[in-house]
Amino acid sequence: MTRLNWFTFSSPATFYPLAGKCIPWLWAIAALFGLSGLFMGFFVAPTDAVQGEGYRIIFVHVPASWMSMLIYVVMAGWAAAGLIFNTRLSYVMAQALAPTGALMAVLSLATGSLWGKPMWGTWWIWDARLTSELILLFLYLGYIGLHSSIDDTRRADKASAVLALVGVVNVPIIYFSVKWWNTLHQGASVSLTKSPSMAQTMLVAMLLMTFCFWAYSMAVALQRARAMVLERERYTDWAQQLPEIRREQA
Amino acid sequence: MNLVAWGSLDAFLTMGGYGLYVWGSFGISAVLMVLEPVLIRQRHRQALQQLAQELQAQEGEEASSPQQEPSVK
Repeated sequence: MTRLNWFTFSSPATFYPLAGKCIPWLWAIAALFGLSGLFMGFFVAPTDAVQGEGYRIIFVHVPASWMSMLIYVVMAGWAAAGLIFNTRLSYVMAQALAPTGALMAVLSLATGSLWGKPMWGTWWIWDARLTSELILLFLYLGYIGLHSSIDDTRRADKASAVLALVGVVNVPIIYFSVKWWNTLHQGASVSLTKSPSMAQTMLVAMLLMTFCFWAYSMAVALQRARAMVLERERYTDWAQQLPEIRREQA
Repeated sequence: MNLVAWGSLDAFLTMGGYGLYVWGSFGISAVLMVLEPVLIRQRHRQALQQLAQELQAQEGEEASSPQQEPSVK
């Protein structure tokens, strides 16, 4: 009996075609959830009693914010896997996630700012939730910057992995900031301990959009990882024998 | 399931006075989430092209100098 060896998937030669097969499906999932989420968000979810139509920003703000935190945790997980097992692909995955995580943090801050202006009367305030999210963006940028400043890829992988792991303490700080400190930012819309503080249809729309952002992030990170694997592995036989390369030459 | 009664396209675009903020949020998200995959596609294409070129150059070299022995005796 052959045992399933999980390290098979950590080989770039296996990963490259496998990820290539997953990506179209992830795009389909993202489109499906995105369209239904937008429909729910704009045509089914009712007007908010307090914030009028302005609250509809939540349908991009919350998914982007959640993804910015989730991607960081996943990135740190891959960084840890890289340091423990010394697998090349783990570092590639960590590095491939960073720009998408940074993009989500930018979206979270930008849409939050566009929400804060009409509701709080200010684009920005140094409140615990906003500040810790800004630090998250800086952690992503620091990770990307540190990696690109070291020429030797292996050393860059390890150094930036350590940075990613240290920075992970910031994620619970963001998450609990609205509880621990008295902030201007409203409390959690959804929590595990009590029922959601919003209309059912608003919640459904928000969750649909979250799945859309999740599938988008997976698709984009896998696409970036594929490009990075090619850049890193171009001296290997498997990369040189890819059918795509043969087609490129023809 | 009751649909929101927007009434007119104008009411939909105005978003009860929050149009700039709501559409600004969705707009910036759409722009960045279209731009990112486009840039990645470009990067992937470049990696493929570069690899193909390197291989072609290698094969060209091998074809022009079939003898592998050192020329100096």
